[in-house]
Amino acid sequence: MRKLTTSMCAAGLLALIVTTPATAMTTQEAVAEGKAVYMGKSRGNCISCHQINDPDANLAGNQGPPMVAMAQRFPDKRMLRAQVWDASKNNPITIMPPLGKHWILSEEEIDAVVEYIYQF
Amino acid sequence: MKIIKNITIGLSLLMSTQLVFSAQPGTTLASVNPEADRMALQQFFKKRFPDAELADYVNGIYAVDADSRTQWEDLESFPPYEFDVEEGERLFKTAFANGKGYADCFEKGGIGIRQNFPYWDKKAGTVKTLEQEINECRESNGEKPLKWGKGPIAQISAYMAWTSRDNVFDIKIPEGDEGALAAYLDGKKFFYTKRGQLNLSCANCHVQGSNVRIRADLASPSLGHTSHFPVFRSKWGELGTLHRRYKGCHKDSRSQPLGMQHETFRNLEYFQTYMSNGLVVNGPGSRK
Repeated sequence: MRKLTTSMCAAGLLALIVTTPATAMTTQEAVAEGKAVYMGKSRGNCISCHQINDPDANLAGNQGPPMVAMAQRFPDKRMLRAQVWDASKNNPITIMPPLGKHWILSEEEIDAVVEYIYQF
Repeated sequence: MKIIKNITIGLSLLMSTQLVFSAQPGTTLASVNPEADRMALQQFFKKRFPDAELADYVNGIYAVDADSRTQWEDLESFPPYEFDVEEGERLFKTAFANGKGYADCFEKGGIGIRQNFPYWDKKAGTVKTLEQEINECRESNGEKPLKWGKGPIAQISAYMAWTSRDNVFDIKIPEGDEGALAAYLDGKKFFYTKRGQLNLSCANCHVQGSNVRIRADLASPSLGHTSHFPVFRSKWGELGTLHRRYKGCHKDSRSQPLGMQHETFRNLEYFQTYMSNGLVVNGPGSRK
């Protein structure tokens, strides 16, 4: 019996070690995913309104502010995330869609896009 | 004593809330003032685009963006809607099976009347659009109604607009008619209310976002929006009605779009065309 418990624990531990790296993204992966969200028309489509100094961003719109000095503008990264999640909280008539509140992006996608824009 | 105090507090509270309401920009039947709305919208755009002529707003984005205007003027040198106007004229003049025609259904034989549409039909208790009356004309003469978005209905509407070019829009909200005012207010509310998954109002793009880039596109100013419909849209590659555009725009906000000629869309047209009073009919138009 004890042998069984031990082997089950060992198997569980092994499974934890094997699967964890597969689900958690490295920062680099998050940035790449965030970029795809930023540019994708059926995803975030952030590029339609926000200029960004990325060579792959062509014909970005300018309805919203450009993605510059993000770390200075949002010293607390969580405030930036909150802005992406629901910009209408700060400005009820903003043109920016509430990407989290209205389930336009998943929580993971929002995390990723925040990582991506926070570099600029 | 306490009762008097309470009553005084209650009354002053009541009065102050009324004051707050009256200061709001006409969102109730009691406070809405269409003429004030129209002047306010004109003033807004005058301030935003000081160089644009008021009369030029019938040309949409081309009134305020020189680059787009050059491209559009090239396009207009061989108007893409020309054949549709001709076809519209032919359809308009073709008699129904009973020998009657469209000319029998409209004032002045249907020529030069576009500027009076849409209008408040007191008897029916609803806003009537030109396309709606085209189909009503058919049905009352034993013909099948046409589809709302494109094809023959857009062509007939285009011909009727063509014969009305340069006539000044004169949309009336009959004084003392609460139904008409309520229809206007409903259209106004639709215009300014956020909707859909993207949480967008018409005003988001066409008032505060006008002439600002959405990717490579520039949103047109809302003033003069309805003047040039039906429109030959390059994106469609054909002529389409105003309600086809409304439906597409509504869908773009990721809403479940209303059907063409839905009461709310007709009220929106009523509101928007009233805003264009004083501007001229220049339909059919061509747009990117």
